[in-house]
Amino acid sequence: MKVTLKVNGRLRTADVEPRKTLLDTLREDFLLTGSHAGCEHGVCGACTVLIDGEPSRACLMFAVQADGYEITTIEGLAPAPGELNVVQDAFCETHGLQCGYCTPGMILSAHALLEHNDAPTRKDIVEAISGNICRCTGYGQIVEAVELAAERLRQTNVPRHVDGTRPNESLGDSTTTDAPKAAHTPHGARR
Amino acid sequence: MKAAPFEYVRPDSVAEVCEILAADEDARIIAGGQTLIPMLAMRLARPTKLVDIVRLKELRGIRSDDGAIVVGAVTRQVEVERSALARRALPLLMKALPWVGHPPTRSRGTVGGSIANADPSAEIPLVAVTLGAEIEIENSGGRSSMPADEFFIGAMVTSVIPGDCVAAVRFPVWSQPRLGTGFHEVSARQSDFAFVAAAAQVVLDEGGRCIDAVLGLGGVGDRAERIDVSALIGADVARFVISDLVRSATEHMEANSDLHVSADYRRRAAAVLGTRALGDAIAEARAADGMAQ
Repeated sequence: MKVTLKVNGRLRTADVEPRKTLLDTLREDFLLTGSHAGCEHGVCGACTVLIDGEPSRACLMFAVQADGYEITTIEGLAPAPGELNVVQDAFCETHGLQCGYCTPGMILSAHALLEHNDAPTRKDIVEAISGNICRCTGYGQIVEAVELAAERLRQTNVPRHVDGTRPNESLGDSTTTDAPKAAHTPHGARR
Repeated sequence: MKAAPFEYVRPDSVAEVCEILAADEDARIIAGGQTLIPMLAMRLARPTKLVDIVRLKELRGIRSDDGAIVVGAVTRQVEVERSALARRALPLLMKALPWVGHPPTRSRGTVGGSIANADPSAEIPLVAVTLGAEIEIENSGGRSSMPADEFFIGAMVTSVIPGDCVAAVRFPVWSQPRLGTGFHEVSARQSDFAFVAAAAQVVLDEGGRCIDAVLGLGGVGDRAERIDVSALIGADVARFVISDLVRSATEHMEANSDLHVSADYRRRAAAVLGTRALGDAIAEARAADGMAQ
């Protein structure tokens, strides 16, 4: 089946079998190998990507299901080539990674948290990364990294939404947002 | 960890979904896919056809209707968590949702999917059974509904037959003022499958007497069960020993043993967590009225 996916703000087309996961399509068809294949059944979180801004497991979605969504991978997070996003930078600074296998998933989960909460408690952070397994650094420095990123975000002079939320967060009750949506956040750029 | 081949279809209406399901009994519905896709990856399930319903608008949304909150089957769990209406009207469900998977699975997992999957340890079916929710089912004959208690039969077994599609879950709303809820769970790690989970909801009158109380337990046997706590109704909660009531109601429960914990453990945990959940619910109901603990 032919699918056209919006990945990191660009439309990409691939011809895939229905059984091919979004993860395998990102890695093999689009050569976006920053999303890592770990357990491939939704336990480890190494394949976490953002779908319409929300952390989701790329191994738990088939590519044929993913058209129309805004898909953000770790490659789409940095503001410009050679630069790091604030969360990536904080991970480097606090030694929040060692082998790096879980790191893209950790960073995207943390990024999604900080998009709607730039003053998270330790509990919020632990909850946000609870679906991401790290087997070497340990979680202490990862939590520290997210705390540091949050602190820097609070200090930056960047306007945020009036209510502090992302556009897709304040959901009307009878009209919860439908799946595919128009672009809302420029990839990499913080609001 | 790759699924076996299947055909993928995305119909435009529930009617069409039911038609496809009725014509091919090996076709399966996919919504959020957070349980089904691992099963496909491990080849525990090998459907011929996946029928994707997750974008059907008629199955989506949270609305208030005649003393109930109706949650469309493909409403994602995260949407319920963020819904102001659900927060006001379904405090017990709101307490249970953080225990459902992790944020990245709640962002795709749906309410109807969790119901249709009928995992004995799942939190949403537990809340549905505890509150006496109705499950709305659509098939070629139209829409009908069934109490959660009849819908769930056993572990991953429900009353749906080929051609049926879970369309919505109708949670009753308790609108009395002095209402409290409690939810407790024990698992190996946060967000893992519950060994035992307990959900309770209580309403008190002005004098601290119990007007209504329900308690449900999940993960103990093959499906979530409602426990008889009617002895509490009419009683002055300040003088009532909940632990005795819950222990006697749970000591002969059918419980499963597995490699994690024994049936005995599950019964003991059921008594303890059931007591805590009811205790929390009572404390919350008392606090809602400014009554001293």
